[in-house]
Order: sequence, then C-alpha cells, then structure tokens
Amino acid sequence: MAEALIWHRLQFAFSVTFHYLFPQLTMGLALLIVIFKSLALSLGNERYNETARFWARIFALNFAMGVVTGIPLEFQFGTNWSRFSAYAGEVVGQTLAMEGVFAFFLESTFLGLFLFGEKRLGPRGHLAVAASLAVGSWLSGYFIIVTNAFMQHPMGHAVGEDGILHIASFRDYLLNPWGLWQFAHNMSASVVTAAFVVSSVGAYWALMGYHREQAAICLRAGVIAGMIAILLVAFPTGDQQGKMVAEHQPVTLAAMEGLFEGGPYAELAIIGQPDVAQRKLQNPITVPGVLSFLIYGTFGSTVKGLNDFPEDQWPDNIELLYYSYHIMVGLGTVLTLVMGVASLLLWRGTLLQTRPMLWVLMLSFPFPYIATTAGWWTAELGRQPWIIHGLMRTADAGSLQVNPGDVVFTLLGFVGLYLLLGMVFVLQFVKLVNNGPVAHE
Amino acid sequence: METVWFAIVAAMLAIYIVLDGFDFGVGILHRFVARTNQERRVVLAAIGPVWDGNEVWLIAAGGVLFMAFPKVYATAFSGFYLALMIVLWLLILRGVAIEFRGHFDNPLWREFWDTVFSVASGLLAIVFGAALGNLVRGVPLDETGLPGMALFTNFWPGQYPGLFDWYTLLVGLFACIALAGHGAIYLDWRTTGPVQERSHQAARRIWLGMVPLWVLVTVATVAVQPEIFTHLLSRWWSMLFILLTCGSFAAVFYFHNQNRPLAAFLSSSLYLLGLSATTLIGHFPHWLRSTINPEFSLTASNSISAQYGVQVALAWWAFGMLLTCGYFVYLFYSMRDKVDSDNLHGH
Repeated sequence: MAEALIWHRLQFAFSVTFHYLFPQLTMGLALLIVIFKSLALSLGNERYNETARFWARIFALNFAMGVVTGIPLEFQFGTNWSRFSAYAGEVVGQTLAMEGVFAFFLESTFLGLFLFGEKRLGPRGHLAVAASLAVGSWLSGYFIIVTNAFMQHPMGHAVGEDGILHIASFRDYLLNPWGLWQFAHNMSASVVTAAFVVSSVGAYWALMGYHREQAAICLRAGVIAGMIAILLVAFPTGDQQGKMVAEHQPVTLAAMEGLFEGGPYAELAIIGQPDVAQRKLQNPITVPGVLSFLIYGTFGSTVKGLNDFPEDQWPDNIELLYYSYHIMVGLGTVLTLVMGVASLLLWRGTLLQTRPMLWVLMLSFPFPYIATTAGWWTAELGRQPWIIHGLMRTADAGSLQVNPGDVVFTLLGFVGLYLLLGMVFVLQFVKLVNNGPVAHE
Repeated sequence: METVWFAIVAAMLAIYIVLDGFDFGVGILHRFVARTNQERRVVLAAIGPVWDGNEVWLIAAGGVLFMAFPKVYATAFSGFYLALMIVLWLLILRGVAIEFRGHFDNPLWREFWDTVFSVASGLLAIVFGAALGNLVRGVPLDETGLPGMALFTNFWPGQYPGLFDWYTLLVGLFACIALAGHGAIYLDWRTTGPVQERSHQAARRIWLGMVPLWVLVTVATVAVQPEIFTHLLSRWWSMLFILLTCGSFAAVFYFHNQNRPLAAFLSSSLYLLGLSATTLIGHFPHWLRSTINPEFSLTASNSISAQYGVQVALAWWAFGMLLTCGYFVYLFYSMRDKVDSDNLHGH
C-alpha cells in the first residue's frame, strides 16, 4: 500500500490540477458574459453582443474541457480512494450528489440553450439563460468547496458505532464557515483569472490594431473586474482564510510561513528557503512581528512554530507547501500592482495609448492561473497528513484492492491524454482569438 | 428507505440509458448515415444542445449512489478500476470530439474527430453493456471486498470471472446494437433529406436484427443468472414492466412502418426504459452479487447510509428533480422542430 499511495496521490493531484485550469476561467467568464450581455441590452450597442458571443465561444471550448476532465475526479473517489469513500461517503456524497442534481443539470441544459438558442430566445431570454448558466457554474463551485471544507475542517458529522462517518447536522455541514470563506476567496480568484484573460485578449487586439471597439470593451471590463476581484481575493477573503488556518490548522500555518521557532513578535518571511532537516529558514528576509499582527491583530501575540508540534502532525511536504503559498502570495501582490496601474491609466483615459502597459496586460494571463493553482496546492498540501483533518490520514484512505501497477499505468495514461488534449486546446484557443469577435463559424 | 433509494438510483440509470443512449446511437451511426460535412453538421446539431445534459444523468446517478450507498460505490469502483479508467478516457475523447471538430476548416481534422466520436461511442456502449452484464452475472466479492477484477479470465461465467466473458460481451454487443437502433430512430425524427432516409432504413435493419439478439440475450441471462427471472415472477407488478417492454418493442415497428418517427422514438425510449427497469427489478435487492458466497453480496439493505442523511437527501432530491424535469422539458420543447440544415448556428 505504501508504494501505491504515492501513485494515487500523484494521479489525483495531476488530474485535479489540470481540471481546474478550465473551471477557474469559465466560472469568472460566465459572470463577465452576463455583464457584456446586460450592457448590450441597456446601451443598445451591438459591439457588446459581438464581444459576448466571442467570449461564449471561448467559454464553450473551456467548458467542454472542464466537463470531460471533471468526471474522472468524481470517479477517483471510488476507484483510488475507496477507503475514504466508504468512511466518509455518507457525508461528502451529499454535496457530490447535490452538485449533479442542482448544478450540473442546470449548467448543461442551459449551455445548450445558450449556444444554440440566441435567435429563438431573443435578447432578454438569452440574457436570462446566460445568468442561469452563471448561477449553475457558481453553485457547482459551492458544492465542491463545501466538500473540500469538510475535509479541511469537518463540521456537521458524527462518528457512528460502525466506525464510519454519518451526517449529524445537514445545516452545519452545508454552511461550514470554512466553506463560506473558501468559496468567496476562490470565486474572487476565478473572476481574477477571467478578468486577466479578457484584458489580455483586449490588449492583444489593441496592440495589433484589430477590432478596436471590442478591444476597448474587453480592456475596460477586464481591468475594472480584475481590480475589484483581486482586492477581494486579499481582503477580506484571503485574510479570513488565513485566520481560519491559524485557528484550526496551526501546524499548517507554521509550515506555510516556514516558521520553525514560534513565539511572540513572530516574523513574516518574505523570502527564504526552508531547510526541514536543519529546522531553519536559509537566507531569510523577514519582518518581525508582522505575522503575529496579521493573525491576531497585535505585534506581540504568540504564534506557534513547527517545533511546537510533534513531527507526525507536520504536513508531509513542507517545502512544496511553503513555496506554493509564497508563489500564491507573491504573484497575487504583483498582479494587484499590474491591475492597479492599469486601472489608473484607464481612469485617466490613456490605457489604450500606453503600449508598454498593453504589453504587460497581454503577457500577464498565465500568472493568475499559476497563483490559483499554487493556492489550491497550499490548501491541499497544508491539510496533510490528513485526508479529513483530524479524522482520517491520507495514508489510510487509498484503495487496497487496486494493484499499484494499474495506478502507474492509468497515471501515465492521464498524463499522455491530457498533454495531447492540452496542446490541441491551445491551438484552438489561439485560433479563436485570432478569428476575433466578428468571425462566424 | 433502502428500497426507495435503490429505486431512485435505478430510475436515474434507466433515464440515463434512454437519454444518453440516443446520442451514443447517433455517434455509432454518425459516419454511416451522414457522408458530407454538411450532413455531419446536421447530425451533430441534432444532439448538440442535449448531449451534455444527457450525460449529467450518469454523473448525478453516480453522486446519488455515492451518497446513499457509499459502500457499493467504494467497492464497485475500486474493483472495476481498469474498466472504469477506460470508460473515463473514452468519455473524455467522445466529449472533446464533438467540441473540437468544428474549430478547423480542414477535412482531415474533421474526419479524425468524427471517427473518434464514432469509435468512442461504440466502445462505450459495449463497455456499459458489459458492466450491466457484470452486475447480473455477479462478481467475485469475498469477505475483504472486491479484489481488483481482471479484464478477462477464461471468458466463461464462473466463480472467478473477468469483466469480459462471453456473456458480458454478448450483453455489450446487444447494448451497442440497441443504442444504434435508438439513435437511428432519433435521427429519423430530428432530420430531413438524405440523412433521414438513411437513418430510416438503418433503423429498420437494426431493429429487425434486434429480434433474434434480444431472444439470445434473454436465454443467455436465464442460463447465467436464473434468479433474475424467479425474482421477476415472484412479484406480480413486475409483469407490468415486462408487458411495457414487449409492447413498446412492437410499437417501434408499428410506428416506424407508419412513418411516425416521434411516436417510434417515444416507443424506443419506453422500450429501453422498460428493459433497464425490468433488469434492475430482477436484480433487486442486490447491488453487487457475489459469485463466491451470497453472504458477501452487497445489497440495498446492507449498504444503505444512515437514516437521517438519506431522509434529508430525499427532500432535496425531490426538489432538484422537479427543477431538472422542468429544464429538460423546456430544452426538448424549444428544439422540437427538425434541425434546419440551411441555418446551422452555434459554434
């Protein structure tokens, strides 16, 4: 089993990381499409409709990739994590079933109407369909995040006499405060990704001198939505998320921050390389007291370090956790600056003429994807060594009945298939962008 | 409560078979009934707005099975590991093929994705049929659960069968042909011109071929798992399902000859619904039947979740299904006209 575990983990990590490249765009983009369509209706400007149709084509391509790469995740709970499923299925099965019944049916039927029914539905009907589609995709995000929140901070459950988990309070399970903040944080980040992609395409068209009006629409919407969303990612959602980690997973917080020796006036590491064997941060640049302040609001508060916990409670990959967290925060800071400068130029009406800024916006689209991925890795690595925090260890959750060799084979299969699909996807994405907003077919 | 949830999961699976069944059938026939690019676009437009929603019935049924019978979900999915991974890859390829084919105006690109779509649809129908065959025949469950099942052993149903043996392959073949017939009738209803003519003819041949095949599968099932039939005969109301299945089978031929494709399609839907329901009623109370010792079998009563969870779930499930039926009725109603081949929009 020890040998199989690493393969189970790698397969899930790979397939969920790849999968989430698509929904993080579509959830945010759904909101922006609704905004474009409402503006088209209220301003009577056909350019907004063309822009909305262009982004609907991008949405459809990404949505298809999101659907097909999402199904393997639900399956893997049973195929690769059968002991987890048998132990926690009564609880987490609730939200996975609800996601199918309440979110996926809504999304998939309304996507059909949205893509094929613009003429038949008329502008108002089509806007209503787009809004329902956005609601469906956000609901799906909620159910998945509540499931994850249970694994991070279990609520509403009871351990039965049969040794497995049962639902004790449906309400507590569904309204887990961890889930509410995580949802807000995650959905703001999804809007950030979509806003950067929309601005990036707008900047590309503007620099090339293509589709001037639609380029301006994309830049304006992308920069305004991006600025609002990225501030929300940091405050209050990211801040609250961090405080919850500090309260409920203090050892995770210490590992994220690379804090080995705790105490009052705990320092915030800006950079530095954790050396777990020596239990110290190499070449650190730290600011004393700031970590204490960020968590407890006063500089003198005591923050526990890794040395305050037995090693079997430590996350099992502290280096990867530390870097994921610092990459997320670092990129988040840089992206906030980018949006800040772009917003200032937009406000002064000179963004479209400032070519260096357009270059920056055009090239910035990969970074919100990286920051979001790093954020999820922080959450998932930080939860280790637990699969359900405090209740079940990841090492006890894999399927015993599956031959480890089979998992190696299927991991290789997923890697090969996804790399090929990813390349084909990029080709089509680039072609759609080059076809521009007025292309048909 | 276990009976209610068994019936719910069974009903969702039966609806899945009917709905995704026709777009699998369309996929299987795609390259035969549509020859030019224009014709193939018509065929894809006929399922374009609905196929994704149809597939959600599988995901939702899986989610409900997970919630109500976690032990079954955990045991079956890990035991069928390799087969399910093959299913996943085929589902991925089938889904992207529909989306990808139109993005480049290049005949080789389109031919490639059309072929992927057809082959994946056909193979999935066979694998899903074989999976149903595995439930009926039974699997080597022991006291520890279901050890990772081999894809095949000696191709004979026995105590230690593989996923594929002559019986499950026969059911797979039957599923593939039946879904092709279902898809042909759907296209007969939804299209015009040469595609409709070819689909109409294909439907006739396929459904005639179904007659001996269905008899063969039934006889084989009696031989492999007679308990299904003793179960059915012991409950009077299961006769209603048998009558429904036989009646709608005959109705397919009647309406097809009368050139009433919508009525024929509804009959073929009722046939697949009746057949799936009859099989699962005969299968009840089993989820996974052990070929080693009946004591190891997973049944509805020994794998149901605790009372409170499934009670709450019953409330939200009923509400959710009401909404879902609304979406589907509206979606199918808004695309009730035949596909307009001169005005293919979408992407």
